[in-house]
Amino acid sequence: MAAMKTLKTTLAALLLAPLLAFAAGGDVKLDRAPINPDDQASLQRGARHFVNYCLNCHSANFMRYNRLQDIGLTDQQILDNLVFTGVKVGDLMKIAMDPKDAKEWFGGAPPDLTLIARSRSSHAGSGADWLYSYLRGYYRDAERPTGWNNTVFANVGMPHVLWELQGEQVLGERKVQGAGYEKAEPVLKLDKPGTLSPVEYDQFVADLVNFLVFMAEPGRAKRETIGMFVLLALGFLFVLAYALKKEYWKDVH
Amino acid sequence: MAATPKEPVQFSGAGPLNAPISGVLTWVDQRFPLMSLWRDHLSQYYAPKNFNFFYFFGSLAMLVLVLQIVTGIFLVMHYKPSAADAFASVEYIMRDVPGGWFIRYMHSTGASAFFVVVYLHMFRGLLYGSYRQPRELIWIFGMMIYLCLMAEAFFGYLLPWGQMSFWGAQVIVNLFDALPVIGPDLSTWIRGDFVISDATLNRFFAFHVIALPLVLLGLVAAHIMALHEVGSNNPDGVEIKEKKDAQGRPLDGIPFHPYYTVKDIVGVVVFLFLFFMVVFFMPEMGGYFLEFNNFIPADPLKTPAHIAPVWYFTPYYSILRAITEDFMLVLAIGVAAYVVLIWLTVRDSRIKLAAAGIGLALIVLMKGGPLAIEAKVWGVVMMGVSTLIFFLMPWLDRSPVKSIRYKGPLCRAALTIFVINFIVLGYYGVQTVTPLGTAISQIGTLIYFAFFLLMPWYSAMDKTLPVPERVTM
Repeated sequence: MAAMKTLKTTLAALLLAPLLAFAAGGDVKLDRAPINPDDQASLQRGARHFVNYCLNCHSANFMRYNRLQDIGLTDQQILDNLVFTGVKVGDLMKIAMDPKDAKEWFGGAPPDLTLIARSRSSHAGSGADWLYSYLRGYYRDAERPTGWNNTVFANVGMPHVLWELQGEQVLGERKVQGAGYEKAEPVLKLDKPGTLSPVEYDQFVADLVNFLVFMAEPGRAKRETIGMFVLLALGFLFVLAYALKKEYWKDVH
Repeated sequence: MAATPKEPVQFSGAGPLNAPISGVLTWVDQRFPLMSLWRDHLSQYYAPKNFNFFYFFGSLAMLVLVLQIVTGIFLVMHYKPSAADAFASVEYIMRDVPGGWFIRYMHSTGASAFFVVVYLHMFRGLLYGSYRQPRELIWIFGMMIYLCLMAEAFFGYLLPWGQMSFWGAQVIVNLFDALPVIGPDLSTWIRGDFVISDATLNRFFAFHVIALPLVLLGLVAAHIMALHEVGSNNPDGVEIKEKKDAQGRPLDGIPFHPYYTVKDIVGVVVFLFLFFMVVFFMPEMGGYFLEFNNFIPADPLKTPAHIAPVWYFTPYYSILRAITEDFMLVLAIGVAAYVVLIWLTVRDSRIKLAAAGIGLALIVLMKGGPLAIEAKVWGVVMMGVSTLIFFLMPWLDRSPVKSIRYKGPLCRAALTIFVINFIVLGYYGVQTVTPLGTAISQIGTLIYFAFFLLMPWYSAMDKTLPVPERVTM
């Protein structure tokens, strides 16, 4: 039975391979990330998930710990809860792993995550959508050296770090009605549940993505607030400038 | 007063408060032509009174130039031109330098805004024949500014040292590689290395922050001096200097200051509103002003799947990519047809012989078997020619009238098609290569060159409307 199942999975994988290749081209449909940049509790949870699960292999070389003040934390809270190494609160979120070692262990150095939410943006969706879909898109794949593959990032190098939380998904397919014909669409099924329910896991990922979006541009909220005032002031200035022009041009016919 | 060596200037509103100011001005004016500069270029520079919307973009281009220089100065205070530090220093500006993000977004948005206003400014010239006699030099200086601006933008784009910076520069410098004989040495010489590297970054930085801005400022000065020498054109293409009042002032002219200064302030405020809307709310502009891939540090070992230049270069990039080996036959036939057209319509036998000689040489180099140059080189040549061909406008347009308002259906249709075609070429320059995209770019390339090369014929044979004696409001 087990052999049969493996055979089936392999066949499915082979049949789906062209689809996945297509997915790697960036045309995969992304889920919209349910994030709220104003939700400080979510951002703080996201920061905790980030330092617990990501910051060991991935660095955030351009982000300082004390910038987390922007999401409502004090320096002491940051030091007590989020800094595990002996660094100062004003230091950058660097990691101890040597990129050369990383290359040997993983086949490539894990990318820096400071700007990942901006660099993963595309015309298919925002960087947040990509990350949200990606972190929920892992499935078991015996063909891969890590044992994992991903619907959004085909043949991804990173194993599923959050598998204990999400559980293990497998890739199946579902028949959908196309234009006049039936077609198979890849679909992920939860094979073995993890410690979190699917709803809890989605929330976990959303918090993490929310934080990654914040980290990519911590000044964003401030930028938009100032922007409102600047545009208001310019709107007011327009009225004055226009009245001045009208006054001067009265006598030009 | 009469004892002063120069004729003193009368200041209006001389009261107790104005007296000291007036005194200082008189003192300066006896040593420096302050008031005569003020008069010649502002208060007694007579501009036609019928400027429309398109006449905002010259002063707006000046504004953006100043904005780029000022924000650039502040960026250089914190930026590190080294392959090891450049990317991190930009993020340092974005995060740690007070107001750094604001300066940087103004500069990155300013680059695109510069091309928006310059393209509209050039379009204005095409609409109203602002390149026609006696304004040929204004147009030529303007085109030199445009070329300089493209170089400035190209060099500046390498500085953030992101993936697109690196690979974009790699693609463009490699174009020179294609040139026969000198190509490989030339591209190595440009890079200062065999690949884009720290040496390249340093020299591009030097070009971007000092060499080209200096040239740019000089050209802008020449552009404005030439303009103020002959006077501005206007939407009617009527020479206002031909009708003057008893004091020698053009009847249809109004002093630039205060009329156009107050009018331009309105334009500036509207422009800044749109500009800051981008700066504060969409600085990436959907990946067109700041490309998404450029948030990844440059990695010489990882080629991005899709390398696209920034939007303002894409029409030319389309032309570059349109020139494929299969397309060379079409180009050769195009050249032959053009020579035939000259033989059938031009009487001067010297021109006929020259056209035949040049045409034959081009056809041999395009399709002449062992003598032919490869399509890749032609792509580079055609891209270069497509930017340079604008210089010929004053001599290609043979319409008896300047402005599109009085030109006939042929010229109107030609300009409309040209603009649409330019946008279509720009669109396909952003996209990945597809057979359909290449075919459309090839048709677009033919249309692009036909607009210029056929202009002497269609502009001369076109019907025109009578031009009024005076400008219309």
